[in-house]
Amino acid sequence: MKRSLRRCCSTLAVVAAMTLPAAAATQLTGAGSSFDYPFFSKAFYVYNQKNPDVTVNYQSIGSGGGIQQFTARNVDFGATDVPMNADELSRTHAAVLQIPVTLGGAAIAYNLPDVTATIRLTRQVIADIYLGKILKWNDPQIARLNHGVKLPDMPIVVVHRSDGSGTSYIFTDFLSHVSSAWKSKVGTGKSVVWPAPSAIGAKGNEGVAGQVRSTPGAIGYVELAYVIENHMPAALIQNKEGRWVACTTETVAAAAATKPDVSATSFSIVDTAGVNSYPISGYSWIVVYRDNSDRGRAKLLYNVLSWLAGPQGQDNAKSVDYVPLPRNVQSAAEATLRQMQR
Amino acid sequence: MNRDLSTRGLGRRRAMGSLGTGLALFCATLAAAALLAILGYVVVQGIGAINWSFLTQLPHPVGVPGGGVGNGILGSLIIIGTATLMAVPIGLLTGIYLALFGRGPVPEALRFLSDVLSGVPSIAIGLFAYAVLVAPLKHFSAFSASFGFMMLMLPLLVRTSEQAIRSVPQTVREGALALGMSNFRATVSIVLPTAMPAIITALLLAIARVTGETAPLLFTAFGSQFWESNPGNPMAELSLQVFTYAISPYPSWQSQAWGGALLLIVAVFVLSLGARLFLRRAMQGSGT
Amino acid sequence: MSPADRGFAAVVYLGSSLFAILIIGLFVELVLGSWPSIVKFGPAFIFSSSWDPINSKFGALPMIYGTVVTSLIAIILASFIGIMAAVFLSDFAPRWLGQPLSFLIELLAAVPSVVYGLWGLFVLSPFVRTAVGPALQKVFGWTPLFSGPIYGVGLLTAGIILALMIVPTVTAISRDVIAAIPRDLREASMALGTTKWETAIRVVLPAARIGIFGACILALGRALGETIAVTMVIGNRPEISASLFAPSYTLASVIANEFTEATTNIYISALIELGLILFFVSMIVNGLARVMIWSVRGSERT
Repeated sequence: MKRSLRRCCSTLAVVAAMTLPAAAATQLTGAGSSFDYPFFSKAFYVYNQKNPDVTVNYQSIGSGGGIQQFTARNVDFGATDVPMNADELSRTHAAVLQIPVTLGGAAIAYNLPDVTATIRLTRQVIADIYLGKILKWNDPQIARLNHGVKLPDMPIVVVHRSDGSGTSYIFTDFLSHVSSAWKSKVGTGKSVVWPAPSAIGAKGNEGVAGQVRSTPGAIGYVELAYVIENHMPAALIQNKEGRWVACTTETVAAAAATKPDVSATSFSIVDTAGVNSYPISGYSWIVVYRDNSDRGRAKLLYNVLSWLAGPQGQDNAKSVDYVPLPRNVQSAAEATLRQMQR
Repeated sequence: MNRDLSTRGLGRRRAMGSLGTGLALFCATLAAAALLAILGYVVVQGIGAINWSFLTQLPHPVGVPGGGVGNGILGSLIIIGTATLMAVPIGLLTGIYLALFGRGPVPEALRFLSDVLSGVPSIAIGLFAYAVLVAPLKHFSAFSASFGFMMLMLPLLVRTSEQAIRSVPQTVREGALALGMSNFRATVSIVLPTAMPAIITALLLAIARVTGETAPLLFTAFGSQFWESNPGNPMAELSLQVFTYAISPYPSWQSQAWGGALLLIVAVFVLSLGARLFLRRAMQGSGT
Repeated sequence: MSPADRGFAAVVYLGSSLFAILIIGLFVELVLGSWPSIVKFGPAFIFSSSWDPINSKFGALPMIYGTVVTSLIAIILASFIGIMAAVFLSDFAPRWLGQPLSFLIELLAAVPSVVYGLWGLFVLSPFVRTAVGPALQKVFGWTPLFSGPIYGVGLLTAGIILALMIVPTVTAISRDVIAAIPRDLREASMALGTTKWETAIRVVLPAARIGIFGACILALGRALGETIAVTMVIGNRPEISASLFAPSYTLASVIANEFTEATTNIYISALIELGLILFFVSMIVNGLARVMIWSVRGSERT
């Protein structure tokens, strides 16, 4: 009995010793977008190595969850793929600053086992596929764009996100811009009613990627990072200028560069002008309170966030397949953050 | 030819019996084979990720090699341990109440409520734990996760402990009472130990069930990248980490997810085995 | 009553009351959370088929359908396989076979839901799409149940995954219940000249049926509430169709999919109302079970 008691005590002591260093540093908490999670985990890790007195605990519970927790003041900052609208802002009963923090693009992945060339699709064709107007891969509208490619007589299985998602928002925003039929029938949102007769919902980017990978004839929109890491074939899309572009960090950055004055009220960068722009791109945002009664904490928060949105933080984006903010957007974010009371 | 009643049609009945036994064996093997298929898949995907640093280190972001789920393992132990400590007394006491004071509208209502609880989705229970323990305190905590897990474990414990106590023969209880024991002593010293094996099975099943749960943790324990042992703070949890990594795009994280899943299964395996052995030794010791 | 007895009774009452308070509290929280949605949509919520977050139109019927069908498939498969396996493990298996097999089956309960989901997506659904589905369609394709395109994901695959997840519960508890049936019953039956199999099926199982039924109800409860594994293999389409191959949606899946992204009050409230409906579905299922048990017990007394 005594021996096991002693063993218990020593185990507890070891555990306490392990957790003490963590307790000495200040821990800031953030919650929200799962899209941001890989980028944040890299960036905050690097920040902690340079500033051991601050740790940032960010958890991906979804943009909506992030806004909820931020409004309830359970976390220091929130991260969301779609900026908070007037309704959500009014519920916080306080001044909120919103800054863009990273960029992403939705690639159109597909599964055609016997086709080796990269498929080309126009924006209108993508909209028609998702509207359910084009039902087979060898439809003349698709064949017309892909000379010399033998398209199979297979039904198109349309895959979308079943969970509410910022990627869905960007994609439906794009569809609303390029197709008036989509705009009136469905609209833009994180969760919509998908009209295609063969539409299947999958959970998360991984779910859509997995569904597309295991279903011949499937097509789906997936975050850039997934397509890169899983080496999935993704379609070339004809952008507004008529050029055929693939979804890469460069083309998404080019789309962002066409709108230097992005703000929380005017943030859409889908279907932009610019020869290299990828039409399905979007920002992701961080929300933080302007006024904070705990001045010390506010200063630490300001340091972390301005580092994150600045050149040093953004440098970490490429290594995890994320797109860094354009220089002018970085400066604008800095300026917004400087409003923080600290 | 032997034509008396007991052997009429014996050949055909024996054949039916063999057929039936074969079917039963097939079913048992099917269930076990399904597990082996899933387990095999997890092992193949995850065994490569398991090494000492995986078990002891904090998670690293993508691109930084190494890293592990050490804090998740600690968190799971703390959260599930606390949940068990809370669930066992409440579950056992309710089971005893139902077994001893069994008839009547109030016990029936309680049994009904218990069954209904077992059907509530774990995410709804997570929301309840959030409403009760996180929102008012404005603070995520491992304790709220334990609370949610406790509610998931209770129906199984209540139902099985009632069942187990009921199936102890009346003669045993009456014998104890006849010897002058109070109801209390009779139940605790005589009836409960006899019912223990079934209760332990249910407890193991309940622990196994919550070990793999993720949904209730999203709004309660919140998760963490760091070491944490204070149940009042956000804490990492292994199944939550597995979930987060599994749905990410990076092969390095995905293989760590499978490694974590393998750990979870092995942990339950070891726990079940250990409990069974302990039980056998305890039963042998008491001479039953 | 001795003081020990009084104290004991008090503690027992305390524990049970705490249990009751927890469940009632859960119910109250669900009602409070879904009140805005109840007020706005009324009973139409249950019978409406549209789920349109953008236009704030919410209806639960397709999800109720999906939940009921997948759970039905799961409990039918799992109770048959589970009870048969339990009979084998308790009455027929020699010790060297029975113990490891029991153990393996119980371990199925330890597999995390997300692993079931991923295995289901990458292994089971292609298997259903290429092998099981076409075979079923060849034999039963004339019924609406097995008609239509086979995607691999859908009601059938979700039902199978759920069955796998609840088989351990059915098997383990049934096995314990069957083993607890006194030996004299079996011996008396065999003395009358029945075979071992007949004894197991016609004497032991009926004697154990209440406990086994309880195991099935517990298992069904788990099937009704499972989220992550189901959402990865069901196709997530809020539509009612007759075919088991069609994609569908369950109450729990919707909540898991959309809760963390829901930002408007009415949206969140509608999702919580789905949780409340699930609570009621569970209540109805258990109520029916109870009625069946009472009728069985009643006939036993004669």
